[in-house]
Amino acid sequence: MSVTTKEKVLARRPDSLAPAVTHYCPGCGHGVLHRLVAEVIDELGIAERTVGVASVGCSVFAYDYFDLDFVQVPHGRAPAAATGLKRARPDLVVFTYQGDGDMAAIGTAEIIHAAVRGERFTAVMYNNSIYGMTGGQMSPTTLPGMVTDTTPAGRDPAEIGYPFLVAETLAAQPGAVYVARTRLGDMASIVKTRRALLRAFKAQLDGEGFSMVEVLGSCPVNWGMSPSEANAFVAREMVRHFPLGVFRDGPATPPAVAEADGGGGRGTGGNVSAARGTGAQRPAQEGTGRGDA
Amino acid sequence: MAIAATQAEPATEALLYKGNEALGEAAVRAGCRFFFGYPITPQSELPAYMARRLPEVGGVYLQAESEVAAINMVLGASAAGVRVMTSSSGPGFSLKQEGISYLVGCELPAVLVNIMRGGPGLGNILPSQADYFQATKGGGHGDYRLIVLAPAGVQELADLTGLAFDLADVYRNPVIVLGDGLLGQMMEPVRFPALRPAPDPPDWALTGARGRPRRLITSIHLAAEALEAHNQRLQAKFARMAERETRWEAVETEGARLVVVAYGTASRIARAAVELAREEGLPVGLLRPITLWPFPAKPLAELAGGDAARFLAVELSAGQMVEDVRLAVAGRAPVEFYGRMGGAVPTPREILEVIRRQLGGDGR
Amino acid sequence: MATHEIIIAGFGGQGVLTAGQLLAYAGLAEKKHVSWFPAYGPEQRGGTANCSVVLSDRPVSSPVVSEPTAVVAMNQPSVDRFEPLVRAGGALVVNTSLARRKSPRQDLTVVEVPATEIAGELGNLRVANLVAVGALLAATGAVRPESVLEALKKLLGPGKAALLPLNRKALERGLAIGRRLLAAAET
Repeated sequence: MSVTTKEKVLARRPDSLAPAVTHYCPGCGHGVLHRLVAEVIDELGIAERTVGVASVGCSVFAYDYFDLDFVQVPHGRAPAAATGLKRARPDLVVFTYQGDGDMAAIGTAEIIHAAVRGERFTAVMYNNSIYGMTGGQMSPTTLPGMVTDTTPAGRDPAEIGYPFLVAETLAAQPGAVYVARTRLGDMASIVKTRRALLRAFKAQLDGEGFSMVEVLGSCPVNWGMSPSEANAFVAREMVRHFPLGVFRDGPATPPAVAEADGGGGRGTGGNVSAARGTGAQRPAQEGTGRGDA
Repeated sequence: MAIAATQAEPATEALLYKGNEALGEAAVRAGCRFFFGYPITPQSELPAYMARRLPEVGGVYLQAESEVAAINMVLGASAAGVRVMTSSSGPGFSLKQEGISYLVGCELPAVLVNIMRGGPGLGNILPSQADYFQATKGGGHGDYRLIVLAPAGVQELADLTGLAFDLADVYRNPVIVLGDGLLGQMMEPVRFPALRPAPDPPDWALTGARGRPRRLITSIHLAAEALEAHNQRLQAKFARMAERETRWEAVETEGARLVVVAYGTASRIARAAVELAREEGLPVGLLRPITLWPFPAKPLAELAGGDAARFLAVELSAGQMVEDVRLAVAGRAPVEFYGRMGGAVPTPREILEVIRRQLGGDGR
Repeated sequence: MATHEIIIAGFGGQGVLTAGQLLAYAGLAEKKHVSWFPAYGPEQRGGTANCSVVLSDRPVSSPVVSEPTAVVAMNQPSVDRFEPLVRAGGALVVNTSLARRKSPRQDLTVVEVPATEIAGELGNLRVANLVAVGALLAATGAVRPESVLEALKKLLGPGKAALLPLNRKALERGLAIGRRLLAAAET
């Protein structure tokens, strides 16, 4: 008697993902985001000329999970190192993989100026509103009222401000060509995130300018929630403070500069008005911006 | 590779060059095609020179948003396997220290220039040698060593810059060229060697994992055994540097009763003082460290074991190198110090007075 | 020649740094060891700008001149500051257009030349530095005037070659005045 087994491959490990078990906590989104980045690199056929830049934070070991050339750099400086790599070898595809502490706090200057200069690399940011690796301290993207080790009574905006809107800030820079915010937590959102990553890497391949995707994800352990509660929190609460959408998609555009008044003589021509007209800050929001689940 | 082939440029006749600009030209001729920096006096002529010169040879000059960003751009470019340089002065060099520690931990070559100015804090823009400790004892975190080259003139600024790139590549370790405002601003004749092409990327560079296993450049080793092993390998490398790369110049030290020890700008003034002393028949010589790390302890120890009865360290600082002189002499002879601070530069006669006092009443 | 250690000083804009560079280039052309060092600190704004030039037949030790063999002082503050430093037997060139006080020192060769006024007569105040350099060469023979003209040609480049005759005239006027004064002093 013979038994015939029919196998149908529904999903497989992307070639750009190394066959490794990650160290990430149960329910953490880094593993999903790694996979999406690897799938996009595979789809574009660029693995053999891609170099990743690992930051400091939970994703410091990202290089163990990608089957790609990688360099690990100081906290916050991934955009500077990516700038050096890409400037040295423009034929490479370069991406940074950073968390919210790395990009939105200590590395603010580096990421903003990379966008200002229109550096031709892709920045991927996993925003989970907390410092995970160091055990759960407030980050610049911690939500108002959120309890962390360093905000035991909850983040008080009156004392320490509101969450830092990274995607919107970067999208406002003329050197940025693609900036989006997506989230993880359900299949539809994951597919949208993959689409955004694909567009970001394509923008780099086209040599257009700076591209960045901010991905909202959870940190169940430091949030003190179960993975499913944490996913629900992302979909319900995080998106209220961090609207999803594409904040920039188009060629790098110099900002509109007001005409000199002509009659003022020397010294007035340098006054640039606030008129922009580039669409840089016009988010093409998906859904209402109040949760798109 | 996106680096354009460049016209061969032969060695030059003697040209009058500012120190900062000679340093830049020497870097280009050594195959450096990438420079990342941030403006600060008194080294600003160097980035300005690179901004003009690098595009001519298919290279890239980029002004970073900060010294912190600049050193990490250097890290990225070095990881890609190109010859790369950054420069700064005091305050800016302090900001680069974390990145320097990473470069060492990642075993990435780079040439780092500090044209020293007066400190601490904002201090001033005048010549100083007060960053000796920072350069030679490891300004950043962790156990590490860097070769520190201390040129004393414009020709040597050029020569040692070329050497710095070679040593950085040989040891896969950053090398510091330590000058000061006076060296950077002064003009002297300089001959440049022929222009070298940018070298091919080495076999550890990140070029995309085409037809080979992926490469990883990192400085993190979580397990104690792993990090200790990494450190032991680094220490073995530093020991090789110390053994092979110590450089110095001895001027009339044979039979000298008093040996003046000075480097860089201070050595120029000290040399003039030694000449004045010799004219008076005083038995004085000069030992000039060219590498501050590794420090020329051996020749100093030999002098201390021979005719030298006294040593005099002269610095534009409150006394930093003098500690290494004392370690080298190890109590066999008194080691005195004379220094000026805050941008003040001693005159040769000022040092001559100290020499006379050191040698006692009749100067012998 | 042993060693000429020269300080050139004046207001910013009087071309004292350029004058020093010309001497250094000229010395280089004559195969001398040379160095040029500008006082580049806060001094360069407001007060006096100055530079040290060393021309020698042996390697230059200190590029910072503390006991000059010659000083060119383009204004009164420069005379006040550097006159006391000149070595006995040295030379002092004073631009009398902007420094009226007579030097009290008897142990120096003092050349007084109205450099700014002469430059004005020549039609361009900016060549006052060349007039003073001419006077310096008359007093010291630090380099040959032809070497300075060669250096000038190089420094001006083809773009500004038209300025060469004016500069040459300025240098020659300074040289002539210096020589005349020195000859008069000897008789």
